[in-house]
Order: sequence, then C-alpha cells, then structure tokens
Amino acid sequence: MSTEVAEVEVKKSEPLFSKRNKKLISNPLDIDNPITVQVLGICSALAVTTQMKPALVMTLALSVVTISSNVLISAMRNAIPSRIRIIVQLAVVSLSVILVDQVLKAYVYEVSKQLSVFVGLIITNCIVMGRLEAFAMGNKPWPSFLDGLGNGLGYGLILMVVAFFREFLGSGAIFGFKVFEAIGLHYQGNGLMLLPAGACVVVGVVIWVQRSLNGYREH
Amino acid sequence: MRQSNLYIILFAGALTLVSAGLLSLASEGLKERQQANIALEQKKNILSTVVELKDSDNIEEIYAKRVKAFVVDAEGNIKEGVELKKINLAAEYKKPVEQRLLPVYEFTSETEPGKIESVVLPVYGFGLWNDIWGFVALESDFNTIRGVKFDHKGETPGLGARIQSDDEVQKRYKGKSIYDNDKLVSVTMMKGEGNDYASDAHKVDGMSGATLTAKGVNNMLVDYFNSYDKYIKKNSK
Repeated sequence: MSTEVAEVEVKKSEPLFSKRNKKLISNPLDIDNPITVQVLGICSALAVTTQMKPALVMTLALSVVTISSNVLISAMRNAIPSRIRIIVQLAVVSLSVILVDQVLKAYVYEVSKQLSVFVGLIITNCIVMGRLEAFAMGNKPWPSFLDGLGNGLGYGLILMVVAFFREFLGSGAIFGFKVFEAIGLHYQGNGLMLLPAGACVVVGVVIWVQRSLNGYREH
Repeated sequence: MRQSNLYIILFAGALTLVSAGLLSLASEGLKERQQANIALEQKKNILSTVVELKDSDNIEEIYAKRVKAFVVDAEGNIKEGVELKKINLAAEYKKPVEQRLLPVYEFTSETEPGKIESVVLPVYGFGLWNDIWGFVALESDFNTIRGVKFDHKGETPGLGARIQSDDEVQKRYKGKSIYDNDKLVSVTMMKGEGNDYASDAHKVDGMSGATLTAKGVNNMLVDYFNSYDKYIKKNSK
C-alpha cells in the first residue's frame, strides 16, 4: 500500500495551500499515483475505459467518494473505536457510494447503466480504503480532503489517458466524436483496444512511461 | 473509554441509524427522477424493436404519436380500467396463464394514424441465473417477428448476457414466424453457434457457451406467445 503513511501534522497557523498541502494533491498525480505506482484500483481501470465519457464519470464518482469518506472519517477519527475502525470505514465508504449511485441513476441514467456494477464496486476499491486507513485516520479534515481529491484525480488522470487511447484507437473517436470521419478518412477500429486485454496493454505502457520518467523503482 | 464494549455498541448503533436515515432520504428524494428514467428506457426499448432509433430522436414524441398501449386478458379481450403503469410483469409472470394481465403496445403507421403497422408484446421469463425479459414486435400479420429486444438481470457477461448486449443476436429473430398455419410453434434458439438457419422459419442460431440462457429465452417465448395466443388469433383475422 501507500509508501507515505503520512503523519502530516498541520499546525493551526499553516495556510490552506501550504507547500505540504499542495503536495497532497500533486503527489498522487505523479510520484505516488494510486494506479501506476501503488497499483491499486486496476480492475476498474480496465473495465470502464473503453470510452472517455464513462471514464470521466467514474473519475468524478470515485473522487466524490474518496473526498467525502476521507473527510467524514477524518472528522470522526478521534471518536472511532479502533477495534471496529475497518467496519466503520467500510460503512462510510458504502454510504457515499450508494449516494453517488443513486444520484447517477437519477441524473445520468445511460452512463449509470454503462458503469453498472463498477460504481457499486468502488466500495471495494483499494484506493478508497487505503487512503482512509493510511491518511484520514491520522490527519485533520482539510488535509484529508486534499488527499482524497489528489488521489481521485490521480486515479482519474490515468483513467482518462487509458480511455483516450482505447477510444481513439478502438473506435476512432474522442468523447464519442468520430475524429477520422470528420476529416474524411476511413478508420477501421482496432478491436483489441475495446477488449479488457487492450486496457492491460495500455495501462502497462502508461506505467512503463511514467516510471521511467520519474525514476520510480520497486524495492 | 473508547475501547469499552458499551461505547463500541453505541457507536456502531448511532452510525447505522445515521447512515440508514441518509440513505432513505436520498432514495425517497430521487425516486421520481429515477422512475422517469426507467419509464423512458422502457419506451426506448419498445420503439427499438420496430424502428432504428437515432440519438437525436425524441423518444417521448415518437412514442406519444405512434404507440397505443392497452391491456388484454388471456382471452384476448381488452381490459378496461386497468392502468398499464401499475402492471408488474415480474408478478404477472408468476400467475397461471389464464389469470395474467397482458400489456400490448400497438405501433401505428406514421402516415395513416389508426393503421396498425406492428404490435409489440412484452415477454418475461427466467434465464440461467435470474429473470430475463424483453419485447417482441410482430408485423401486422401477427406472425412474423419484426424485432426483439431482450434484457436480463444476471446472465453471465459475454455468454448469456449477449441476449442484451449483442445486437446481432437479437437481429437473428427478425423475419422468423411464430405460427405454422394456425399452430403456435414459437421460435427456438438452437444449441451451438455458427449454423445457418436462414431457411427455417422457427429456428435461430444459438449462442456458444450459453445454451441454458437460450433455453430460458425459448421457454419465455413459448410461455408468452401462449398467453397472447387468443389475442393474436382474434386480431390476425
């Protein structure tokens, strides 16, 4: 799990966007990315990335869940009995996931049908539980909010990159807009990209590129 | 203090109550919108059995203009005073055929209102793991299938779930007949995939690895064509 089991004690005088707090957002985007570095949340990254639109909605859904459960757990962290803390975390995560699912069903029904089971599976997404246990249990609500946002965005960034390549190469489109047809070219979609195997390849390449850029090595 | 059993029980209880309250609040508050979405989805499914829908089409408008919905009983008589919206197919499916309330969606011609172009019948059954359902559109001869739209609750993705996800599977039913002269024979999905049944009016190619789902679909069709039998015979003449 996370390498930085953070004990970031934020002093009262510290500004809202201090250097340390900014890192909470920027680290998960790069050197501590939940997907490419911590290798968490891979299953949904493979499943919802055939098109960019569901990937974007999934990003938003997961960000809302990580943020709200991080903040809630952090606010309650001094009252949670440690013997049942995992089950409390689970309850809070499930609560936010079901709320998100209900809102999706009410406002973006088509997308919620596409995401179907994966919204429900956010409950078991390792990123969420990992952040709660590693960060929110030991930090104040505001840093926890930033940490949730950062990890949601870090997850989403990879999701969007993978979805871009899969939709572009698989169906020759970006956000459903047929690029090749628009400039008058015929494009035969690459079927492999639409299958989960295609996602595996793209995620692998993304991990490779990112790790060689930031020099991360597994120990 | 924070480790005492009493505190833990109280904490867990309070958490449960608060979560339950929030969830029921959300569920009640969003119910109307969710049901509107489900109703629109149903209209879309009904229309998709008879016409090719485009994203830009106004489903509500086409539906209001061209679909006339009513309820018949197993004798084929129109039931007045039964609200179509209140009919729960899952519940009707469990009743014996004679007692079922059966919705019918007539699809009328665009140019001549009143002329029935097609009739869409809902079907309901049980697949391999859970309920399956759908709509079957018959041509105005009440015999030839114009299109089908299936859906399911829990068939295996990539195998049985293809009855919903694979348009090509649903297209296999187009043009098949459910009657041989006056005898109801229905349409059977065969075992094995890749065979040509173009010349057989009552058979369609199967789905590899999903023979049991196909069996469920076959049973569902026979069951519901039987239920609609009298209605169909009354109107086809």
